[in-house]
Amino acid sequence: MNIVVCIKRVPATDSRIKPDDGGRAIDSSQIEWIISPYDEIAMEAALQLKEAAGEGEVTVVSLGPAESTKELRTCLAMGADKAVLLTDADAASRDATSTATVLADAIRGLNPDVVLCGSRAIDRDQGQVGLLLAAKLDMPCATEIRKLEMVDGKAVIERPGGSGTTETWELTTPAVLTCAKGLNEPRYASLKGIMKAKKKPIDQQDVDPGAGSLEVRSLELPAPRPEGQIVGEGPDAVGELVRLLREEAKVL
Amino acid sequence: MAGEILVFVEHIDGAVKRPSLESLTAAAQLAAARGTTAVAVVAGPGAADAAAELGRHGAASVTSLEVELSDPTALAAAIAGVVSDSSPAALLMAHTAVGMNIGPRVAGELGLPMVSDCIALSDDGGTLVARRPVYAGKALVSVTSNASTLIASLRPNAVMAAEAPAAGDLSAGAVAAPTRGLGALLKDIVQAASEKIELTEAGTVVSGGRGLKGPEGFAMIEELADALGAAVGASRAVVDAGWRPHTEQVGQTGKTVSPQLYIAVAISGAIQHLAGMRTSNFIVAINKDAEAPIFGVADYGIVGDAFEVVPKLTEAIKGLLAAG
Repeated sequence: MNIVVCIKRVPATDSRIKPDDGGRAIDSSQIEWIISPYDEIAMEAALQLKEAAGEGEVTVVSLGPAESTKELRTCLAMGADKAVLLTDADAASRDATSTATVLADAIRGLNPDVVLCGSRAIDRDQGQVGLLLAAKLDMPCATEIRKLEMVDGKAVIERPGGSGTTETWELTTPAVLTCAKGLNEPRYASLKGIMKAKKKPIDQQDVDPGAGSLEVRSLELPAPRPEGQIVGEGPDAVGELVRLLREEAKVL
Repeated sequence: MAGEILVFVEHIDGAVKRPSLESLTAAAQLAAARGTTAVAVVAGPGAADAAAELGRHGAASVTSLEVELSDPTALAAAIAGVVSDSSPAALLMAHTAVGMNIGPRVAGELGLPMVSDCIALSDDGGTLVARRPVYAGKALVSVTSNASTLIASLRPNAVMAAEAPAAGDLSAGAVAAPTRGLGALLKDIVQAASEKIELTEAGTVVSGGRGLKGPEGFAMIEELADALGAAVGASRAVVDAGWRPHTEQVGQTGKTVSPQLYIAVAISGAIQHLAGMRTSNFIVAINKDAEAPIFGVADYGIVGDAFEVVPKLTEAIKGLLAAG
């Protein structure tokens, strides 16, 4: 069974975000980078699929700058067998379509049975690449999966259907699945895994995704929220709070 | 006619969902700025009943798609067909669970760019500009496209739905959907016991945090939410502890909400939580700790024991709403 996982390197949650001098991207000089959390969930799902099948190969793929080898090593340490880095110094600026195009080009040749990625990346938070990738690979796709099982070569998944429903879908493979919180708890790399990872191959390929058809005009900090007020202490403050919500905020 | 603003609209038996009315309002505003019209695209049973409401909110015409709503591939193909045939300047939709599933499929089918989860759409001398939060709302980007059609989804509550009927009579048409190969089969749909208000679409959200000490602490949260017609949210700590389901988590690895009113009860206000609610119109914080970071983003705060404050708040609100 061939499983491909797509991961993205993103700024850590508590990073200080500010525009760079160009005013169209963030200043990445002080950023600490991590694997986008939903991609870690995808990575864990891949390892569990391999374990359940008792055989198979997990290849982790990423579009990123050369430094992304760090994130790929972490995935290899978790248990992935091979890694592919599509090297692009400007990876962070690529739009979803350009990203999906280069990922698809690399993934096609890997002949996957299942392609897993996070439902969205926590930097741009759009949730498009999984579906765009599926379109380019001409594979069925289910997003936001919270449960996954292979049954007779088909991927059986559960996902939220909106309004409190849970949908169960059966997809023919190869298929693209995007992973949501609740699917699993990603494992930590063991010391043994970290040592093994040093010997696993990272295939680095230079790519040029091109400019794409979307252009960022500006990246700005949001206007600061106006200063709030402590209305009072304890239950005695409730009356005043309700009055303010009704008369000032006009939300009641 | 090319250059129109198309809007894919969600409805339940003809009652249009509020986030879709918001997208239609945004479309009508864009259309007015560009000297064109807004066209509503609707699917599923009862679609015809939605026409009047769509007309009131700015649709100049309504196109009904004869397609199975539960199949996102078929729905996306049908919408893509309409886009192909009419070459609109933009296709808009609400950034809901459906919009997130359908929009990128249409984009992928047609090779068109999409900007998701926008908080504003405007026209700048003929160029469409989409504005959206990035990096958990810590920054805002303005994005333009050079493609013939831009697909965009709009964050619920970012735009106020408004009645602004277009000139002329509302025209309507129907389109049969192409049949599609099956790569995915829907096997089952299970409805959760309680039909809750969709968190990301709610006008008001009441959220509880670890300070509630246990799942029983949420009983008063649910009561307050009921009184307000609000959805219930939860912090990550509470979800990780198993007190509330994942679907209620508000925050960076949960849902992002932007309601008119967000009430944070016994939530300290960790950065990851703020990421999921900081763009709410009004934020109320109730917390025992006067130094809790949540008070830094709250418009109104009460420092006190949630177990004392919340029941009193619920009582006051019930009284207020009963008095009318």
